[in-house]
Amino acid sequence: MKPLWLLAELTYRCPLQCPYCSNPLEFAGGRFKNELTTEEWCRVFREAQALGVLQLGLSGGEPTLRPDLEVLVRCAHDLGLYQTLVTSAYRLTKDRLATLKQAGLDHVQISVQAADAGLSDMIAGATSYEDKLAAYRYAKDLGFPLTVNVVLHRRNIHQVAELIQLAESLGAERIELANTQFYGWAFHNRAALMPTRDQIAAGWDVVQRERRRLGNRLEIVWVLPDYHERFPKPCMGGWARSYLTVTPAGEVWPCHAAGRITTLAFENVRARPLEWIWNESDAFTRFRGDAWMPEPCRSCERKAVDFGGCRCQAFLVTGDAAVTDPVCSLSPHRGLIDAVVTEVERVAAAGETQAEWKYRAAPASRVLAGKG
Amino acid sequence: MDPTVTPLGAATVPRVAPKARLHWDEVRERHVLLYPEGLVALNDTAAAILQLCDGDRPVEQIVATLKFRYQAEGIERDVTALLNGLATKGLVTW
Repeated sequence: MKPLWLLAELTYRCPLQCPYCSNPLEFAGGRFKNELTTEEWCRVFREAQALGVLQLGLSGGEPTLRPDLEVLVRCAHDLGLYQTLVTSAYRLTKDRLATLKQAGLDHVQISVQAADAGLSDMIAGATSYEDKLAAYRYAKDLGFPLTVNVVLHRRNIHQVAELIQLAESLGAERIELANTQFYGWAFHNRAALMPTRDQIAAGWDVVQRERRRLGNRLEIVWVLPDYHERFPKPCMGGWARSYLTVTPAGEVWPCHAAGRITTLAFENVRARPLEWIWNESDAFTRFRGDAWMPEPCRSCERKAVDFGGCRCQAFLVTGDAAVTDPVCSLSPHRGLIDAVVTEVERVAAAGETQAEWKYRAAPASRVLAGKG
Repeated sequence: MDPTVTPLGAATVPRVAPKARLHWDEVRERHVLLYPEGLVALNDTAAAILQLCDGDRPVEQIVATLKFRYQAEGIERDVTALLNGLATKGLVTW
């Protein structure tokens, strides 16, 4: 078993405050504060490459806040890693992107929060839309393959057609329409973010129509809204099978949400070699394979398809990371998911005032971290 | 040029798309084609074909080179199948 993917979360600092952020609620706390140095990141990249990693995501928070990003890109490029920069593009200049291109960056993924400036800036909690549009053009001018990334939720899912047209007009290769996955801040803000069934169905109709129109001119990725599915997603292609995340201060997780599971022991690249963490550590071995599976997964023929779903979701919703993903219609905990979905439908049908979200911001993070 | 509208012919000059990169995976000892958010593992024949897709050589020259190198039959079929398959994913263009 060798990893193919490394997500390097270079910092949790971010000028945006998106309420669906997948970063930990306690991102501003001490656990993530002491960021890895340039040399430490380069060592992580070397160890990851030696383990088998081929794809590197440079993410965050906002990775361009690291002044040494160019050095890190050069280091990873010398190792042959295919690198994607995952950025909000806030204040990103053409010169900086050109320097990153020269250093060996392969692919740029820039988020946008909606198809128009007013809504996008409102969701981001920061004036950022114009920076994003400029950066999309810089990326294309410089010859980068470009992915437009949009997290979909109740307040923007009506704009799927406009978002696809935006990506098309920019000459992007891909658009990721990622229905909100409920981890981190998104889990906290579930009631404010979750769309209705009708909204999701309308968005999916547009995607199918636009895929027919655009053919292979634009790849349209639709990340399923799993609370509305009958079976869970094959999360990360199975626990600790091909993917690892290194967080800003060096903790290593099997996915970017796993740090929330309080019943796992996580290791740090400052204390242990990455190879040992991947092969031997509790966090990586606990749910690898299928020996850990309870019923109904254990005897289910779908266990090789969805690997029991998502451990983080099982923990967040039921308090136990070792049970079947509660999204599964065969799970004894499916009622916990249905209750959330049903309440969203009820509030919408009754025309009641909808829940407000809490923006992802350091003061709120410290308050929420204090609550444990 | 959109490969979906131009059929592959002997004079076609294919190249690996700018978004993709041919790479030797030294850990697994095989070539891979890396691209945004994905990769394709390549067997030796596929890797040899793609190494010749440099934007200068037409298909007939790629086929002739491989025939000479491997003294094998069926090279045309392998080349056509691989290039058409990768073109539908946007990983090879002409």
